[in-house]
Amino acid sequence: MDLHLDRLSHRYGAVEVLSDISLTIPQGRIVCIVGPSGCGKSTLLRMIGGLERPDAGAVLQQGDAPDGCLNPLTFVFQDFALLPWRTVAGNVELVLEDHPLPRDRRDRIVADVLARTKLSDFRDALPKQLSGGMKQRVAIARALAVNPAVMLMDEPLSALDAQTRELLMDDLIALWTRAPFTAVYVTHNLAEAVRLGHRIVVLSRRPGRIREVVSIDTPLAARRAGDPALEAHQARLWQLMRDEAEAADKELGDV
Amino acid sequence: MSDMPLTGREAAPDRSRPVPFRGGGFKPVRVRYLGAVVIVALIALIEWGTRTGVISNLTLPRPSDVLGTFRDLWVSGLLWDHLLPSLSRLAVGSALGVSAGIAVGVMIGLFSLARAGLVPLVAAIFPIPKIALLPLFVIWFGIDEGSKYALIAFGTFTPTVVSTYGAVDNVDRTLIRMGQSFGLTWWSIVRKIVLPGALPGILSGLRISLSIGIILLVAAEMLGARYGIGAYILEAGSLYDLERLFAGVVILSALGVLTSAAIGWAERRLLGWRV
Repeated sequence: MDLHLDRLSHRYGAVEVLSDISLTIPQGRIVCIVGPSGCGKSTLLRMIGGLERPDAGAVLQQGDAPDGCLNPLTFVFQDFALLPWRTVAGNVELVLEDHPLPRDRRDRIVADVLARTKLSDFRDALPKQLSGGMKQRVAIARALAVNPAVMLMDEPLSALDAQTRELLMDDLIALWTRAPFTAVYVTHNLAEAVRLGHRIVVLSRRPGRIREVVSIDTPLAARRAGDPALEAHQARLWQLMRDEAEAADKELGDV
Repeated sequence: MSDMPLTGREAAPDRSRPVPFRGGGFKPVRVRYLGAVVIVALIALIEWGTRTGVISNLTLPRPSDVLGTFRDLWVSGLLWDHLLPSLSRLAVGSALGVSAGIAVGVMIGLFSLARAGLVPLVAAIFPIPKIALLPLFVIWFGIDEGSKYALIAFGTFTPTVVSTYGAVDNVDRTLIRMGQSFGLTWWSIVRKIVLPGALPGILSGLRISLSIGIILLVAAEMLGARYGIGAYILEAGSLYDLERLFAGVVILSALGVLTSAAIGWAERRLLGWRV
């Protein structure tokens, strides 16, 4: 299933946040959206996921979701959004309980996604016992459990420390390599974008418009931290964003 | 400056001293038994005062005499004659009031219409001293148990409503958005996200509601009951029988401590997930 954004625009009151965004998210690719803070990237993601309604334009699903898909557009949130009163397995089960699945099928899905995210040993732990990186892996396991057509990741690694972020990036790459998924990945971290993105969409400062779309052809599994080609991409992205970010920084002071 | 050693004691042994500690505090820790020690010490002080005459017998009854009265109550079986009606009134009245209060509070928390319509009404009836309405309740629900149930239910209802909708308002919105983003049904979101998330606030509101319930129980029993702790205290008071009056008061305190302990137990059982 591809996603197509058709001339999306949005304003909060008098403030225009997004202007005329048109973009295609092809199946099996990770599209990163980067931009200075306050450029509306999270708003854009919420619109793609149907949590917010654009003032103009539309988000179109093209083609059918894969078989066994329980929730085509599935979010992974920056602050994990785990229910603190449920165990790891309970948090994953939460999103399956509203679907008419036989008990053993549900158990199999939970066991499978926990194994894929290396959480099988922690299935009965409560979120308060887990580190930030583990919590985000639970959230990723929960997202995988519904077999999504598109994963919508809203700065999923931003709440984590640098080392954990590296480890989780490797995990995401491993997950993608085993079973390529489609994702829209919002981040302000350019290093993440060049490691994970097949395409990187650079938004301008508010009102967010697409400034440029950069494609990186290196396979995900072959990308390493410190790879000169990636560094070059990252430097170029920073060139594109630098002035915008600087201007956005000053602008926010006025609000 | 570069040749000055940056580490090691030889740097300036005479001028080194530990950094003074200034953190800590502002964090409740569990201290067992201290509450009981305070109460026992106070009783011991009164006992000593009344025995030596520092406190005259008209000011305060001697604790050991109160204990004696209590024993008589127990032996004669009168204790249960008074305690059981009181307990059943408290249980029925507060169960009605608390469950209605939680239901209305959750409605206010979930529906803007209910909020707009009911919050001013709750604000209007909250400050009414419910005891003032007892004659009205007697007319509506009869002089028997009905009016007492109604008084306690009404008195526990409003604080429960206020604490419940506050608790629902405080449920983390990102969890609700998460539920929506996974396509959970409205009912699932309420049952699995909103209600468990509101439980801490509801339980702490319950402490206040149940204490108000005990106060109203006594008030209702003082105004018209043959049996019950309130009636017992009223009778003792009109005879200036301070030992019996205090025996009744002690029962009420014990009731308060027990309900509070029960809620504390429920909190530890149900809210173990809290950080």
